Amino acid sequence: MFQYRTGQIKTFFRQWQLQSMVIPGIIWMFIFCYIPMFWLIIAFMDFSIAKPMLQSPFVGLKHFQDFITDDRFWRSIRNTLGMSSIKLLLGFPIPIFFALMLNEIRTIRFKRTVQTISYLPHFIAWTIFGGIMLNWLGEGGVINQLMMALGLQDREILFNSDAKYFWWITYFSDTLKETGWSAIIYIAAIAGIDPGLYEAAELDGANRWQRMWHITIQSIRPTIAILFILAVSGILGSNFEQIFMLKNNMNMKMAESLDLYIYNMGLVSGRHSFSTAVLFVRSIVALGLLFLANYTSKKLTGDSIF
Amino acid sequence: MERSRKFRRIGVFEVFNALLMLAVCFLTLYPMWFVFINSLNAPQQAMLGTVNWFPKEFSLASYSVVFNDKSLMHGFYITTLRTVIGTVAHVLFTAIVAYGMSKSNLIGRKIYLKIALITMLFSGGLIPSFILMTKLGLYDNFWVFIIPAMYNFFNMVIFMSFFRTIPDSLEESAKVDGASDYGVLFRIVLPNSMAVLATISLFSAVYHWNDYYQGVIYIRSQDQLPMQTMLYKIIAENSMSFMQQQAMAQFGARLPGNSIKFASMMVATLPILVFYPFIQRYLVKGVMIGAIKG
Repeated sequence: MFQYRTGQIKTFFRQWQLQSMVIPGIIWMFIFCYIPMFWLIIAFMDFSIAKPMLQSPFVGLKHFQDFITDDRFWRSIRNTLGMSSIKLLLGFPIPIFFALMLNEIRTIRFKRTVQTISYLPHFIAWTIFGGIMLNWLGEGGVINQLMMALGLQDREILFNSDAKYFWWITYFSDTLKETGWSAIIYIAAIAGIDPGLYEAAELDGANRWQRMWHITIQSIRPTIAILFILAVSGILGSNFEQIFMLKNNMNMKMAESLDLYIYNMGLVSGRHSFSTAVLFVRSIVALGLLFLANYTSKKLTGDSIF
Repeated sequence: MERSRKFRRIGVFEVFNALLMLAVCFLTLYPMWFVFINSLNAPQQAMLGTVNWFPKEFSLASYSVVFNDKSLMHGFYITTLRTVIGTVAHVLFTAIVAYGMSKSNLIGRKIYLKIALITMLFSGGLIPSFILMTKLGLYDNFWVFIIPAMYNFFNMVIFMSFFRTIPDSLEESAKVDGASDYGVLFRIVLPNSMAVLATISLFSAVYHWNDYYQGVIYIRSQDQLPMQTMLYKIIAENSMSFMQQQAMAQFGARLPGNSIKFASMMVATLPILVFYPFIQRYLVKGVMIGAIKG
C-alpha cells in the first residue's frame, strides 16, 4: 500500500509537464467555481461587501424567512414558471415540426440554404434582436402596422408598455430567434435514419404522413425525450439576456423572472445576503430537478445525461 | 416508379412546404434587412416612423454619426480587443487543460474529472460571483471579460474527446525524437485538431462579440464598456452617447436617433454577418460534437 503510494508520487513528479497543464485548470475551477459556492454561506449572514470576508454576523434563516414572505418573490416564481411553460408547451414542438418539414424538401441545395439561413438569428446578439423587437412592438412599429392592416386591431397598442403581453413577447421573439438553431439536432437525428426503412414503408403502401409518424418521429423519439426532459429540468431558468433587454418599468410585474429578481435585489438594491438566500434555494432545487430529469430519462429511454 | 416520383414532386404538399420554407427564410432574414434599410434612411426621415422595405431617402448620414462617435468607436475597440484576447486565452487554456486530462495515465485524473464535473451540477451564481470579482479587483477591469471566461467544461470535454481520437503512434514517435509533452501538444496534437480548434474559437469569439451582460454587471467606467453594452444602454435605457446628442442637436427634432440606433446596430452586427457564411458549418459541427457528448 505504502509502496504503491510512493510509486504514484514518483509518477506524479515524473509527469510534471502533464500535471502543470491540468493543475492551473483545477486552480481556476477552485477560484471561479468553488469559492462562489463556498460564499453561498453569506445567505446565513448579514453580509457587507465593505467588511473583510466572514466577519459579518450570522443571522440564521432570517433572509430565507424574508423572501418567503415577500410577494415579489412569489410573483417572480409565477413569472418564471409562466414564461417557461409557454416556451415548453408551445415552443418545444416548433423546431421538431420545422425539422420534419425541412426533411421533406427534396432539392438538396434549397434545403441547405434554408437551413443555413434559419440559424442566422441565433448568432445575432440580444441587444440587436431585442432592439428590433422593441422597435416593432412600439408606436408605428411593424406589428401595429400589420395588425391594423389585417383588421385585427383598430388602434395602436404599445405592446411593450402593457405587462399582459410580456410573456407572449418573450415566447414569439425566442421562437423567431432560436427555431432554426434548435432544429439542428433533430435534423441530424433524422439524417441518421436508415433510408431502407422508408423504402420498405413505401412498398407497403404507407403514405407521407404515415411514414412521417411511424418512421421519422419514432426514430427520433429518444432525442425528443432527452431534450424535453432537459427543458423541463431548466424550468426555473429564464433567458436573462432576452428579458433584461425587453423589460421596462411598465412591464416589470410580468417580466421579473427569478433571475431578474435576484439581480434586482442583489445588485440594484444591494441586498447581497437576501439575494444569495434566494440563489441558494434555487441552486438546490435546480440540482434536484437535474437529478430527477436524469433519472426519468434513464427509466424511459435508457439514455442518461451523466 | 420514376414517373410517380415526378408526380409527387409537384404535389400540393410540395408547393405548400416550399412556401413554408420561404416564409421561414423571410422571417429569419427580415429583422436584419429591417435594421439595414432603416440605418440607410436619412435621419430626418426616420423621425416620421420606420421604413418597412426600402429606404425612403437614401443617406449615409447615420453611419457618419456612428463612425464619428468617439465613445461608440471606443466600445468597438474594446469589443474587438476582448474578442481577440478572450478567444485566444479561452482556446489555449481550455485546450491545454484538456490535453492533460485526456491522458489516462495522468495521476489523479479521476479526481480532477470529478472536480470539473461538480462545477456543472452546482454553482454559486450571480451574487457570490459578483463578490468574488470585486474582491479579486476585477470589478471595472477589462480582464473581467477574459479571465472568468478562460475555461468552460463543455469545450474542455469536446477537446478532450477529440484529443483521444488522435492515434498514440503519432505522439509516441515525436516522444522518441525527444519532444516534451508541451512539444507534442503544440507540434503534433494541435496541428492535427484544426477543425475542433476552429469550432471552439468561433463559439468563443461569437460569445465575446455578442455579450453585453458582463459589461452591465461589472463595468462602471465609460471607457471600459464594450460596444454591446453601450448598445444596450442606447436601445433599452434610451440613453444617448455624447456624439449622438450632438447629432440630435444638429438634425434638430426629438429623436432622429432611430436611424442612428439602427446604424450602430448594423456596425455591431456586421462582423457576424460578413463571416457567417464562411463559419457557419464549423458552428454546426460544434453543436453536433457537443450533442453527442452531452
